[in-house]
Amino acid sequence: MIRSEILKDIAPILRDQLVVCNIGIPSQELHAIDDQPTNFYMLGTMGLASSIGLGLALTQPKTVIVIDGDGSVLTNLGTLPTIGNNAPDNYILMIIDNGSYGSTGDQPTYTGMKTDLAGMAKAAGCDNVVEVQDVDTGAALQKVIDEGVATVMVVKCDSGNAKMPVITMDPVVIRDRFMKAVAG
Amino acid sequence: MNIDKKIANDLVANDVRFVTTVPCKQLAGVIDEVDQRDNIFHIPSNKEDEGMGLCAGAWMGGTRPAIIMQNTAIGVTINTLATLIQYYRMPLPMIISYRGELREPVACQVEMAVHTKALLAQLNIPTYHFHWQKDVEEFDNILKYTFMANKPVAILTDANFWGGYGDQ
Repeated sequence: MIRSEILKDIAPILRDQLVVCNIGIPSQELHAIDDQPTNFYMLGTMGLASSIGLGLALTQPKTVIVIDGDGSVLTNLGTLPTIGNNAPDNYILMIIDNGSYGSTGDQPTYTGMKTDLAGMAKAAGCDNVVEVQDVDTGAALQKVIDEGVATVMVVKCDSGNAKMPVITMDPVVIRDRFMKAVAG
Repeated sequence: MNIDKKIANDLVANDVRFVTTVPCKQLAGVIDEVDQRDNIFHIPSNKEDEGMGLCAGAWMGGTRPAIIMQNTAIGVTINTLATLIQYYRMPLPMIISYRGELREPVACQVEMAVHTKALLAQLNIPTYHFHWQKDVEEFDNILKYTFMANKPVAILTDANFWGGYGDQ
């Protein structure tokens, strides 16, 4: 499965949750598949989805699901120790690990070679790290939500992108409706 | 006047409850002060752009944030300031040690100091420079201004403000 197929698969689970979605094609795919006020789409700033989600989880009680990518986590590796030492139980970091930089033309990342993100997360102090295959994502995500424990999920899947339109919604509108959903 | 305590007091008085820090020798006292306050959640970050991501999330979660960092970090946070904090229109007080200014002992720090105000000006970020200890009296107003304007605002604090480097 490629990322967009996973997102279609788990859209019914994501719909009721606060979601912080990674920059580029992941946000375009989620927006096209199931746009919700509870989705915060990153339009810039590669790498910070996990950090934005962590700040959000630390300041309000609702579950926060971050949809991140292997390339983006590699861009902001300092996030893993911060998560490992601070993440509250309403925080789920789901890394869609397709071993490539999808938004820029599927150039390979090091996670498709020797680098093991799950191992890095564990070494950074993240206590609950699960690695799942693409077809098992929905069941694994629902289990993690039900358990209510801070979790890093690494979802191994194929490289590839669906052709989706660019998000043209104004960033302040995205942010404002998201904040209303957070507070609601 | 203890400027560390004054800064922490003003943060609390302005409902700032989430502070991320990247350390600096000049900022050690205020970071300690923030860390000791029960009503401030202090989360050290490993890089300043990561810290700005944390602050963006905290603000969307309903909590007023602030970041404490060095001016060298302006060099690594320009994209984050432009495409996250400014693009989504978020408030962010940035308490910045202005390394490389008067009484600086480390020559390399001057290399980013000479770019600091120009970069902030290029980004249209309101910028205040604390050089004398009495300048801290403005801090409360700057925090109110930041959360009124919903913008990142820089408070540059140089070595003279912090009382120099002791015996250096």
